Amino acid sequence: MSGMRQNSTPGWLPFVPVAWLLLFFLVPFAIMLTVSVAHRVPGGFYEPGFEFDSYLRFFSVFFGRILLTSILISAGAAVICVLLAFPFTLSLARMKQRGQTIVLVILLSVLSLSEVIIGFSLSTLLSKTAGVGNLLAALGFIEESRAYTPSLFALMAGMCYLALPYSVLVLYPPVSRLDPELGEAARMMGASPFQTFRTVTVPMLRKPMMGALILVFVFTLGVYLLPQVLGQPQHWTLSVHITDQAIFQSNLPFAAAMAVLLLLVSLAMVGLSLLLGRDKVTDT
Amino acid sequence: MTRHLQIFYVTVILLLLAAPIVVVAGVSLNGQQSLRFPPQDLSLKWYAELFRNSDWLVPLRNSLIIAAVSSLLAVAIALPLALHVWSRNNRLARALYVLGVAPFMLPPVISALGFLVFWVSIGMYGQMTATIISHGVFLVTLPVVTISLGLAGVDTSLVEAARTMGARRGQVLRTVILPLLTPYMISGYAFAFVLSLNEYIIAYMVAGFTVETLPIKIFNSLRYGYTPIMGVVSVIFVGLAALAFGLIGRYGNLPRLLGAERVGND
Repeated sequence: MSGMRQNSTPGWLPFVPVAWLLLFFLVPFAIMLTVSVAHRVPGGFYEPGFEFDSYLRFFSVFFGRILLTSILISAGAAVICVLLAFPFTLSLARMKQRGQTIVLVILLSVLSLSEVIIGFSLSTLLSKTAGVGNLLAALGFIEESRAYTPSLFALMAGMCYLALPYSVLVLYPPVSRLDPELGEAARMMGASPFQTFRTVTVPMLRKPMMGALILVFVFTLGVYLLPQVLGQPQHWTLSVHITDQAIFQSNLPFAAAMAVLLLLVSLAMVGLSLLLGRDKVTDT
Repeated sequence: MTRHLQIFYVTVILLLLAAPIVVVAGVSLNGQQSLRFPPQDLSLKWYAELFRNSDWLVPLRNSLIIAAVSSLLAVAIALPLALHVWSRNNRLARALYVLGVAPFMLPPVISALGFLVFWVSIGMYGQMTATIISHGVFLVTLPVVTISLGLAGVDTSLVEAARTMGARRGQVLRTVILPLLTPYMISGYAFAFVLSLNEYIIAYMVAGFTVETLPIKIFNSLRYGYTPIMGVVSVIFVGLAALAFGLIGRYGNLPRLLGAERVGND
C-alpha cells in the first residue's frame, strides 16, 4: 500500500517548509537560549555573555513561590477539568453523529476564544453590576449585589472555563474508540450501569485519563492572562511573570531563563503522556 | 449513567459554558456607556460604533489582515510538509511531522518570547510582517493535522490507476491528490484563521505597542476604560468561530477530524 505512496512527491518538496521552520521556529529558540545566559544591563537591554545568574535566581524564595503557585493552580484546574470532562466525553461519544457535531462546534467555538475575551466575559459575569451578584440579590440570597472578582475562585473558574473544552477534545479520541460492545456485554451479564462504569469503562480508560491530565496541566501552565484579569497579584503564575519580566521589567535574560524552564517542564510532561499513549497501543 | 442523566449533564455543562457569552451579549446592547446586565435602554449603537470609531476600526483591520495572510502562510507551509511526510514515511519525515506539530503544543508564552528576541535581533520588532510570520509559524500545526488526516484517507488505488494510465508524478499530484485534499486545506485554513483572530500573547510580544489587534485592544480597554464595544467584539468573535466550525461540521466530518474513529451515521 505504501508502495504507491513511495516517491509520489518530488524530493525537493520539503525544503521550503524545513527552511521556513528552521529559520522562524528553531532559530528563535536558539536565540532565546543565548539570551538566557546573557548579561543583564539594568535599565537597558542585555549584552552578550555566558553566565548563569538568571538561572541562579530560580533558587530564591521569590521564584519558589511563583513556581508553587503555578503548579498548584494548574494541577487543581487539570484535576477538576478532567473529572468534569470524563463523563461529558463518555456521553458525547454515545450521541448520534449530528448531535456530536453540534456539541463539538460549541466546544471548538469556546476553545478558540481569546483568553482576553474569556477573562472579560467572566469578570463581567462575576461583577457587581452585571452578573451573578445581581441574580443572587434579586433572588434574595444576599442583601446587596457584590463582585466575586478578583479572587482565587474567579481565577479557578476562568482556568476551568478555558481548559474544559480542551480536556474533552483530548479525551474524545480514546473514548470514542472504546468498543461499546464490551459495556453491553457486561450489562447483559447482569452488571448495573454503575458497576459497568466502574469495572469496565474506567479501567480501560485509565491511561488515556492520565495522559489527558498531563496535557491539560501543560495547557493550563501556559495561561498568561487570566491571573492578571481574574486573580490577585499573589496568584500570578510563571507565564504571567515571563511576560512581566520581558515587557515591563525589561529583564529579558531572566524572562528567557524562565521560558527555558517552562519549555523543559512542558517537553518532559508531553513526553510522559506520549509514553503512556504508547503503552496503550501495545496493550490492544 | 442512564440516557436522560447523560443528556442532562451535557446540557448543564454547555449552559455553563454559554453563560458568560450570554451576559457579554447582553452587555453589548446597553444604550449607555456602562456594562449593565440586564442591559438598559436597549440599542445596537455600539455595533455601529465598532465600524465608525477609528480607535476600534484600526485594530479590526489589523486583526483581519493578520489572520487572513498568516493562515494562508500556514497552509502553504503545511501542504508540502504533510505531503512529504505521507509519501516518505521514514524517520526523517516523522521528525519533520513533530517539527510541524510542536509550535502549537508548547505553552504559547514560550514561542512568544522566542519570536520577541528573534525579531528584536533582526530589527523587525514592531512590524506587522513580524506578527504575520509569527502567527503563520505558530498556527502551522492546524493545517498540518487536517491535511495529514485527509491524506490518510486517500484511496491509494486511485493513485495507482492514474499511474497505470500514464499520468506523471506531477499530474497525479495536481489532478488526483490535491482535489481530494481541498476540503482539508479549507478546514485547516478556517481553524488557523479563527485562532489567529483570537491570539493575544504573540501579537502582543512581537508588536503590541505598534500593531494593535482586537484582543490587545480589548485588554487595554480592560485597564483604561470599559466600553460595551468590548462586548460587541466578543459577540462577533463567538459568531465567527461558530460559523467557521459550523460550516466544517456541515460539509465535513468533524468527529473524524477530531480523532473519533467509530461514529454511527444514523
